[in-house]
This record gives sequence, structure tokens and C-alpha cells, in this order.
Amino acid sequence: MVKKVGIEVSVAVADAAKLANVDVIAAYPITPQTHIVEHLAQIVADGELDAAYIPVESEHSVMSACCGASATGARTFTATAGQGLELMHEVMYVASAMQLPIVMAVANRALSAPLSVWGDHSDAMAVRDTGWIQIFVENGQEAVDNVLCAFRIAEDQRVLLPVMIHLDGFYLSHVIEPVGFPEQSEVDQFIPPYQYPLPLNPDKPVTMGAFAPPFIYSEAKKVQDVNLRASKEVIMECWKEFGNRFKRHYSPVESYRSEGTKVLLLTMGSFGETAMTAIDKMRGEGKKVGLLKLRLWRPFPFAEIRQAVKGAEVLIVLDRSLSYGGPGGPVCSEIRSALYQQEKKPQVISFIGGLGGRDITPAGFEEIITRGIEISQTGSDQEFELFGVRE
Amino acid sequence: MEKYAIYVPRLVTRRENFAPGHRACIGCGEALAVRLACKALGQNIIIANATGCMEIVSSPLPNTTWRVPWIHTLFENTAAVASGIEAGLKVLARKGRILDLDTKVVAIAGDGGTSDIGLQAISGAFERGHNFVYICFDNEAYMNTGIQRSSATPYGAFTTTSPPGKKSIGQVTWKKDMPAIAVAHNIPYVATACHSYPFDLMAKVDKAMATHGPAYVHILSVCPTGWRSPVDLTIKMGRLAVETGVFPLYEVEYGKYRLSVDLPKLRPVTDYLKLQGRFRHLSEDLMNEIQQRTNTEYAKLKEKVG
Ligand SMILES: Cc1ncc(C[n+]2csc(CCOP(=O)(O)OP(=O)(O)O)c2C)c(N)n1
Ligand code: SF4
Ligand SMILES: [Mg+2]
Repeated sequence: MVKKVGIEVSVAVADAAKLANVDVIAAYPITPQTHIVEHLAQIVADGELDAAYIPVESEHSVMSACCGASATGARTFTATAGQGLELMHEVMYVASAMQLPIVMAVANRALSAPLSVWGDHSDAMAVRDTGWIQIFVENGQEAVDNVLCAFRIAEDQRVLLPVMIHLDGFYLSHVIEPVGFPEQSEVDQFIPPYQYPLPLNPDKPVTMGAFAPPFIYSEAKKVQDVNLRASKEVIMECWKEFGNRFKRHYSPVESYRSEGTKVLLLTMGSFGETAMTAIDKMRGEGKKVGLLKLRLWRPFPFAEIRQAVKGAEVLIVLDRSLSYGGPGGPVCSEIRSALYQQEKKPQVISFIGGLGGRDITPAGFEEIITRGIEISQTGSDQEFELFGVRE
Repeated sequence: MEKYAIYVPRLVTRRENFAPGHRACIGCGEALAVRLACKALGQNIIIANATGCMEIVSSPLPNTTWRVPWIHTLFENTAAVASGIEAGLKVLARKGRILDLDTKVVAIAGDGGTSDIGLQAISGAFERGHNFVYICFDNEAYMNTGIQRSSATPYGAFTTTSPPGKKSIGQVTWKKDMPAIAVAHNIPYVATACHSYPFDLMAKVDKAMATHGPAYVHILSVCPTGWRSPVDLTIKMGRLAVETGVFPLYEVEYGKYRLSVDLPKLRPVTDYLKLQGRFRHLSEDLMNEIQQRTNTEYAKLKEKVG
């Protein structure tokens, strides 16, 4: 294995796209994604990567240009965050439905108003149903590894779907972390050349994006859902192969000190690392608590979640976004519904925290777990608790 | 012009890349304009089409009218999609992954997709200098959704969202000058055309194809359904738009204006307005106002031609 270097995670993500030898990058700047696209611009300007860098005039056009480029058979990459992701929203459905295997890094950011450039998962949750494969990462190494995996998964002929890699804005995008990079030759072997089956080509005219009358729309949507679900097998296969080659292992749901515990906390993204510190401390004090980290958000890993919570009595889910007037955290409500039909299931307790960049310290996680246990015993008339909020 | 009209038809390809069997209305000038443009565009192209009449009439799954590679994604992003295609082709050819066939990317959209909702994407693509042709098929309203006003709808015209009534004359704004906006981007080629002047139209599309860099062709396309005009007068209506000076035909090459059809004397605008139901409610005063404005605009254009 190559030795690790200290590097800003945004720069590392750009370097991963370079290792993947992308052909087209379309980009529009937004904090906290800027360092990714700035570094890519420099790499292209320096001739270190032979790619077309399109400095588009909006994120709507970013995703539109990515669709066009991908349809010609070019390997296409972009990155965005928060408002930028929202502006892409409409086009993202097109990318997935037209099976354009674009890879996008999202430096997760809160949504206006009030304006906040800091991190949470509101942007990710708003694009939940756009039909993309979505993976959350916890640290810089995971970001690099999963950007590489994303190309292999997206372009697999059995998949041909766009992939989003979610990395927390600032907490991840702007920190310097030790990251190991595979050799170029290793990456070249790991990601086969992109072969789009029916690219736009005058020699073989295709009509892409025809409209669907009612008699065929449902079928088109069914195919899309079946494909996205089926991609899980390819994702697992890819992570396995990645593990074999690079000795770092990924799975849809990761468990940390969860065996035999009755109380579990579940997080997504960079909070996992802080939560581990809290778990270690509580375990040291003899408290039987464990941690689950949800990595694969779409396709949702139903079987793995059900397996991971087996035997637990309390499952505390921490969301980083709010469904106003709804059931609370979007992740929590999905997990609740995944477990609802199970005969034996834990109580699922919803916490929301870390909104708009608000930090949660290890002590904070301890508090959440303790309070979660309390709620499991006393019950609550609230759908969720907003952690650390001043009333 | 006359001689040209006799001989040129023989040189025009019989091949229809916008094939018959599409679902456009009877007498649709836009479908005719697309068909003519396609003859000039040839086969070494990729078309990116905006949502609108032409997209809808040509591509109901599982059928297609297109004999050239064609992609539709959304309404307002066609210039951006074209940008991506152009960049993709260029880099793949450079990297030796496809043959360098010098394939031209052609973005097509209606007036709504161009001068309203798609304007930002177009401005971006022009400014970045992509090597592509953008053709606006201007039928002067959002026809696909049922004749709503756009910024290209002419003053006084009825549409379903600019209805005349006790308190309104119909459309209260003057037509946005989209070709001038294109010219302001300093792109190498801008032209106006109309399906009623087919050879002029094809010659301009030809020139646009031969341009290196962004080229913009704005084609007036008569829509009998939306204009409330007789379906058999589509060609005449286009001619009247030109002969009255309402829609002059010209080109701008590297900023230099040239009139394609120079009229020593303009016909009165009423010749044009009175044949269309969308102007039926106009008073004499309003028609006079339109006449004045047409004269002024035409004079301004002649000044630019120099
Ligand atoms: C974002 C968005 N807004 C609105 C629409 C609805 N819509 C589809 S086509 C269209 C009008 C098209 O008008 P134009 O571009 O002039 O083309 P035409 O149909 O007249 O040829 C509208 C409003 C849409 N598809 N997408
Ligand atoms: S509404 Fe007008 S532009 Fe649309 S197909 Fe009918 S005639 Fe053509
Ligand atoms: Mg229109």
C-alpha cells in the first residue's frame, strides 16, 4: 500500500477524479465545494489531466452539460453543495432516468433561508428520490475510495446510473486528513474504460429522451426502480473487489461495537467518527451501547439494516435535516418504516442535530444516547427531539 | 432570386431527417421550418431539443421522427446540454476514443425556450464559445402548453395569458429582440429566417454550420393554431411578416449586418395583422402604433446595415 499523505479532503476528492481520468468536468462554485472544482481546474490547466473543463453559468447548466457529455460516452464528473444541488434538482431526475452514469461529489450544506454555508444533510434529503445511487462517507480516505468506486459502479453495464458521494461540508471537505492514494495503474485496472452502450453518434442515430404517454410511463418508472435496487449487488461486488485490491472494506451498514448491545445509535456521514469516541467512553464505563453507520443511502439497504438491529431494544437515529411538520428526521422515518413489519424490532427514537454546521461533541453524543434511553422508558409526546436547541 | 428559385430546388436533398408521420398540426410552419433546417444540417450532427411543440410532436415513445441522433432532456437547458455534448465529442476525439468526424452540435428550441426560460443557458454557451449552432423556432408564444404569451409575443396579440379585455389590449409589451441579444455576445454568426423563404433559410443554416464557434439562427415560424390564422395561409403569412417589415430577414457576420431581402417599400402592417385572429380585437389606433414602431425598427435596422 502506498503511504498516506496529509491532504485537504476536497483536494483529495479532486485527485481521485483525476486518477479516474475523467473526460469532462462541468462545474459552478459554491461553498463548501469550491476547493474541489478549483483544484480540478488547476489540474486541467497544468495539463495533468486531459479533460474538458466547462465553467458553466449555473448548477442547472452543470447537470445539463454533464448529461450531454455523458450521453456522448465521456466520463463525467462534477461537485456541488446546498443551493447548487437544489438548482440541479430537476435535471438530476433526467440523469438517472436516461441512465447517464455521472459521478458527483456533494459537500453537504444547509439550505437557505436563513443563508448558511455550513454543513447538514438538508440538501441530500431534498434529492433523495432523484433516482441516484447515494453513498455517505465518513472521512477523507472513504471519500477518495468511494469516488473511485463510484465510477466503476455507475459505468457498470448492469447499472448505468449516476452516483452521488456525500461528504459533509467543512467537517470533511475542509479538513486535512491522512489519505492513501492507489497507483494510477491500479486505478486503471480497477475502473475499466467507459463504454456507453448507445452514445450520441451520427453513424448510429438514437433518439434519447422521448416522451412517455400514459400507457408506457409506469413501465419506464418500474424499470428504473428495479435497476436502482439491483445496483446493490454491483455496489457490494465493487466494494468487495476494492477490499481485495486495496485492503479497505466497505459495506452498506457498518456496525461499531454493536454486538450484544441493547442500545444502538445510528448516524450518517462524518458524525460517525465523533460518535465512536462517545461509544468508546460509554463502553469504558460499562454502558452497553453500540453504533451503526449508514453508508449506502440509495438503494436503501433494507436487509442489512434489519440484520444490524437484530437483538437491539432501542435504536436512536440522529438526522441532520428536518422534515418540517412531518415525522422528524428523514433517515429515521425510513428506518422506522423498514422495521415496522418486523416481528421483533427496537424502539426507534428520533433525534435531529448538527443543523447548519452546529457541532456535536462526544459529550453531546453521550447526552443523546442517555436521553434516547430515557425516552424509550418514559415515552414522549414529541415526534423527535432537536438536540441542543435553545428554546 | 427568381432564377435561384428555379434551379436550387434540384440541389436540395430529398432525404428527410425530420421524417414524415410526426404529429404537428395542419399547416404548422414550425414543422416546415425544422424540416427545411434539417435538409441544410445534413447528417453529421447531434440535435439537442428543448421541450416544446417540436419535441412533443416528434418523439412519443416508442416512435421517433428523427433520423439523426437526437436528445431531449428539459425545457430551459438545451444550450447547456449542447455545451456538454460539444465538449464530450471534442475531448473523446482528442483522446482517440472516437473518430474525429467534426460532428456539429445543434440546439433547437422554441421562442419560450430561447428568449425566456433558456436565456441564461444560451448566454453562457455563447460566452464560452462552444462550437455549435442554436436555432430558435419562433412561433411567438408557448404553443405546446396552449398559446401562452412569451417575451417574443408581438404587441397587441391575443394569447391565453395576454387576453384582451376591458382593461387590456392583449400583449402589452413589444417583442424581445433576441437576435440583437445574440449579436451582443459577439458571436461570429447571427441570422433571421422564415420558412416562407426556404432557400434563404437553408443557406443561412448552411452558413451557421460552416461557422466555427457559436452561430444563432432565429426562424419565424407561423403557427396557425396559435395565431388563429387559416392553415392554408402559412406560407403567405410568413411572406407578409417579411414584406411588412414586421420580421425582417438579415444576417450579422462578425458584427456586420446585411439585409437578405431588401424592400424598397414596406407593405402596411395591416396586410399582415388583419389575416390573424390573434390581432382581431386591435383598434385602428393600436394598428397605427404598431405601424409606427415597425417603421422605426426597420429604419434602425437599415442604419445598422449602413
Ligand atoms: C421548467 C418548465 N416550466 C414549464 C414547462 C412547461 N412547458 C413546456 S413546453 C412550454 C412552452 C414551449 O414554448 P416554446 O419554447 O415557445 O416552444 P413551442 O411549443 O411554442 O414550439 C412550456 C411552458 C416545462 N416543461 N418546464
Ligand atoms: S401548435 Fe402551432 S407550432 Fe405547435 S404543432 Fe401546432 S401549428 Fe405547429
Ligand atoms: Mg413558441
